[in-house]
Amino acid sequence: MSISIPGDLRYSTSDEWVRTEGEEVVIGITDYAQDALGDVVYIELPAVGTVLIPGESFGVIESVKASSDLYAPVGGEVVAVNSDLEANQEPINQDPYGAGWLLRIRPSGEEEPLMDATAYAAYCEERAH
Amino acid sequence: MLKRTPLFATHVGMGARMVEFGGWEMPVQYSGIINEHMAVRQGAGLFDISHMGRFMVRGPQAEAFLQYVASCNVAAITLGQANYGLLCQPDGGIVDDIFIYHLLDEYLVVVNASNRDKDWAWLQQHCVGFDVELEDRSERWAMLALQGPAAEQLLAQAEDSTTHDLTHLPFHGVALTTVFGQTALIARTGYTGEDGFELFFAAGAAPEMWQRLLALGDVKPCGLGARDSLRFEPCLALYGHEISATINPYEARLGWVVKLDKGDFVGRETLAAIKQAGPTRRLTGFELVGKGVARGDYAVHSVEGEPIGVVTTGMPSPTLGKPLGIALVPTALSSEGSAFDVIIRDRPVRARAVKMPFYKPRYKK
Repeated sequence: MSISIPGDLRYSTSDEWVRTEGEEVVIGITDYAQDALGDVVYIELPAVGTVLIPGESFGVIESVKASSDLYAPVGGEVVAVNSDLEANQEPINQDPYGAGWLLRIRPSGEEEPLMDATAYAAYCEERAH
Repeated sequence: MLKRTPLFATHVGMGARMVEFGGWEMPVQYSGIINEHMAVRQGAGLFDISHMGRFMVRGPQAEAFLQYVASCNVAAITLGQANYGLLCQPDGGIVDDIFIYHLLDEYLVVVNASNRDKDWAWLQQHCVGFDVELEDRSERWAMLALQGPAAEQLLAQAEDSTTHDLTHLPFHGVALTTVFGQTALIARTGYTGEDGFELFFAAGAAPEMWQRLLALGDVKPCGLGARDSLRFEPCLALYGHEISATINPYEARLGWVVKLDKGDFVGRETLAAIKQAGPTRRLTGFELVGKGVARGDYAVHSVEGEPIGVVTTGMPSPTLGKPLGIALVPTALSSEGSAFDVIIRDRPVRARAVKMPFYKPRYKK
């Protein structure tokens, strides 16, 4: 199975992606992460206004098989939450970089060490064995 | 080195996701757990369960020996029938849960994959003094499960018989027949809460049998993920979770499998005392009142905050569409409507005891 890793995003070691859009960043989980989790059936996300600390858990994502923590790849204030995911989590599996986005953040400037697409592809490849 | 079934290469070739389970490298999913789960509830799914142990017990005292090691009444299993049973320790803890099939002049005992070596040693140790012969046929035979409401009609097409023996096979019945030209034992048994069959046949024939069964029609290949969610909804016990060496049958609500009046057997004395006194803790089903998903091994606290038990299995139920769980709690809290807290990520989440099973099995009886 081939994993989609868009070239214009940055990636955390806990498999979140970060897209910079002007002054804000959008985050979600990667195709690798959704594939490893399987069908997502439940997600818990923070409320707008929550301040995220890089590397700390900000929510949880559940499949039939497992629970996974979500870790903040960047620090900052949550300015928008993808509330469509409350009723239907399918976009996380179907379109993890698009309709499956999780949060929009006004970044504080603090970040986890993030990888570019090439480094993240190698990181995924490494774990496939 | 992880062990592999005769279908390992087939699973990998078909793109299954492989995981370690009880020392075995097995498919956890093919198309996705929910997809496979619903296929078995609504149509048919095929599972490779060759990792399970298959032991033959024969000889003049085969019945007497099994009667002595198992908790169920083996004398009541008529020829061509099978029954669920437990191997119990002298202290009442459970060595394993097993299926005993009464074949012509011998018994087939199917045990859990993770307990194969332990069970074999247990049987060897307890057969001293009995005129019996034990044979481990786990490697020589493959084992597949074809499960779901469409299983009967599909498998009937594969049976090389004009009399369609398997459609007459009763619940828990077992018969020797021919499937796609291959001699096979077929039993109306399973672990999904649906009608279905388990097939035993020569290991070398497994890849061809697998492909031909899938080609029968709308049959989904399934992995251990769906096997677990399918057994969870009808609350069928999984060793290491609902039952173990430190959980007795009464705690596991398996008192119906313990026949104290059948004569002596390993564990009987202790089990009789436990039954008389009543178990101090017991399994209960629960649903969450608060938000979250409970998982196996999560702690259970009283509403006052005291640690009182543990979740044995928990997950979002694909058929019922909500998170459910099974927990081992004090008996007083094991009846419907009782309240307790499950500790989910360091936070107490209120739970309410509900009736088991969550899903009523749809066996063809």
